[in-house]
Amino acid sequence: MVKAPVNKIIPFSNVDGPGNRTSIFFQGCPFNCLFCHNPETIHLCRNCGVCVKNCPVGALNIDADYKVIWNREKCVQCDTCIKVCPHDASPKIQWMTVEEVMKEVRRASPYIAGITTSGGECTLQNEFLIELFSNVLKLGKTCLIDSNGSFDFEADPRVLKVSEGVMLDVKAVEKGWNDELISFPRDIVLKNLDYLLQIGKLYEVRTLIFPNRDRENEETVRYVAEHIRDRCFYKIIRYRPYGVREKNRKRIGEFETDLDYAERFAALAREKGATKAYVV
Amino acid sequence: MSEALNIIQDPTLTYHQELLALARLGESTDNSLRYSDAYYEAKRKGALCDLNEGVMPYRPRYICPDYDLLFQKGCKFLELDPPKDLLEAVNVLEIFYCHVPSITSFPVYLGDLDRLLEPFVVREDRAYAKKVLGLFLRNIDRVQTDSFVHADIGPEDSITARLLLELTEEMQLAVPNLTLRYDPETTSDDFALACVKCMLKTAKPSFANHRMFVKEWGERYAIASCYNGLSIGGGGFTLPRLRLYECALDAKSPEDFLERELPRHIDLQLEYMDKRVKFIVEQSSFFKTNFLVTEGFVKRENFTGMFGVVGLAECCNYLLGITDKKKGFGMNEEATALGLRIMDAIDARVKAHEAPYCEAYGHRYRLHAQVGIDTDGMDDSPGTRIPIGVEPTMLEQLEVNEKFHPYFPTGTGDIFKFEETWLKTPDAILAIIKGSLENGLRYFSGYLENNDVVRVTGYLVKKSEIEKLRAKKQSLNNVTVFGMGAQDGGHALDRRVQQYGEGTGQ
Ligand code: SF4
Ligand code: SF4
Repeated sequence: MVKAPVNKIIPFSNVDGPGNRTSIFFQGCPFNCLFCHNPETIHLCRNCGVCVKNCPVGALNIDADYKVIWNREKCVQCDTCIKVCPHDASPKIQWMTVEEVMKEVRRASPYIAGITTSGGECTLQNEFLIELFSNVLKLGKTCLIDSNGSFDFEADPRVLKVSEGVMLDVKAVEKGWNDELISFPRDIVLKNLDYLLQIGKLYEVRTLIFPNRDRENEETVRYVAEHIRDRCFYKIIRYRPYGVREKNRKRIGEFETDLDYAERFAALAREKGATKAYVV
Repeated sequence: MSEALNIIQDPTLTYHQELLALARLGESTDNSLRYSDAYYEAKRKGALCDLNEGVMPYRPRYICPDYDLLFQKGCKFLELDPPKDLLEAVNVLEIFYCHVPSITSFPVYLGDLDRLLEPFVVREDRAYAKKVLGLFLRNIDRVQTDSFVHADIGPEDSITARLLLELTEEMQLAVPNLTLRYDPETTSDDFALACVKCMLKTAKPSFANHRMFVKEWGERYAIASCYNGLSIGGGGFTLPRLRLYECALDAKSPEDFLERELPRHIDLQLEYMDKRVKFIVEQSSFFKTNFLVTEGFVKRENFTGMFGVVGLAECCNYLLGITDKKKGFGMNEEATALGLRIMDAIDARVKAHEAPYCEAYGHRYRLHAQVGIDTDGMDDSPGTRIPIGVEPTMLEQLEVNEKFHPYFPTGTGDIFKFEETWLKTPDAILAIIKGSLENGLRYFSGYLENNDVVRVTGYLVKKSEIEKLRAKKQSLNNVTVFGMGAQDGGHALDRRVQQYGEGTGQ
């Protein structure tokens, strides 16, 4: 049976696609963005044991196989483990079967329009998603994929057959800026942008606007806007320092992008034809 | 100092508030309506509470006049002819409202305003109609100065309902309270979404489960006062309440409570209700001479007694020895299951009791989840609500609420406080409301975290008015003082905020 590492499930979310949705966050991401807001979702736990010693209430233990075990009942959600983890991981994840996730989705089902899978990077769990989505569709609910674009959808479009579409992050277009920011080649992301548009499965693109990065921001926004035009939403997101790793905050920015600055890029996007651009 | 002098010298009371307080004092000078010693003992212990209804009831607690009749026939006593246009219609209503008594002396039900006024509104141009309705709402807010004054709209969309929503948003008034009677078949999504937006910004309207109310009351039901289901052309005689936590204090175990203490207290409250109902009908002059009765705006047989309960959460926690509320009722299946057994027991015993009068309901009283009063503090949560401050996620909360709401035809409700981003996604809230009503929720209220007008336990107050009272100034609204008490003693404004889903992997 396929299992996937689930970081958390939010039964009701109003910011992950249309309507009220259950959001499922998977652990693990092939990117390592400087500005990652929840770096504890990047890697799987390496069972180094550092967090076990630091948990104030003894909610973490090491089992006979040297695996770190999290005790949900005891945990007081202080997040000390996440802060001390040297590997950008979290001990508080659960390996769940599709049926286990479906149990949560069924509970929320009377109140939601659908589910959104996110992360980390949910497409790392491609087989799991295909099975999960097929089940969710039977409930008459929709499935959206929130992705960083690292998965080659064209090479394996199976998951798109059972999904409404993708909410795609386009973080950087200019190569130098991309490589500095993300440590993963951007070509696949841009290829996905074109492919998803072409098959009508792009629900929304998101771009983060960084403080004082006129050129980089503009290049990304212009590129995306010219490509998507009015065919999908364009969510312009203000960078916020919360959750960003200390050392990176110094490089990227200690303060949030102000609204007026972000609005400038939304205006640019609209000028370039992306009529459905808006700032959050 | 005498109690009368206290009232007369209180700087925070307006003239009318003094008058009402003095009337209450006067009423308390007669004690010919007597109950058993066991009743007084239970009351002294705090297990029974009469909600300060007064010892000599001279009118039913809640009255829901038949305003359709008023518009058809006019009113002889008040020398009002049936209205012929919008101006006359609101004028007739404004006058009539001043003569509808209640426990608070203010009318608790103003009618299904959209249905009543729509025939007049459609004949006027929109701007003019809006102007008239705006003045009408201002009149209500300044004359009927009590947040238990309540109007209903829906289930169908109408120009009048839209205008009332627009004005409610623009005017930001605490009075009147407002309910949308929501029916998934006849209430359009567009109308419901307009109501959600208005609710977020002004804490009203609330959403009532129309189908559920119709099943129990028929089409002609009113939502009055906080969230009370009653018959149009009828009302509620009286509303006392069991304070379930205090009822449980002498029980040795859950079984002991269910077999001994609970039935004992139920019977004492029934004794109290029977005597009061008989007194109101047989002794006081209301049902003999009041024009509302003699002209047929209300009929005695359409009244019922409202059997109230509060503090189910604390009762269950106490009986199960749960001291950490975070692990108690609402979060704990055993406690919730006990809550359901208790409610089943109350329901069965009250239904088995042959009540005097109440003919329209087969001589039966109906249950009410009382919303709490300012002096309850943290001992008894309103009705069957999960205690403030330990609410689980909204999903879990709804799952529990949905199990308990069906017990209470005369009213119950839950309130959700939302964070700003929800204002951009009213469709998400509507989906939640639809799902919950479908699953058995009776009444849904919501408001936005940073509003001035907020819903305390069932009624609305302005936070800015509470501040006036704190500064020892007068507040025109009679209910502001309850809001202050509930905020201080019950932390009623500190309920869990529904956050937006946390950030994605950006
Ligand atoms: S979040 Fe939970 S598991 Fe982690 S350190 Fe705190 S108590 Fe321990
Ligand atoms: S979560 Fe991090 S600190 Fe804890 S055992 Fe795993 S890798 Fe080590």
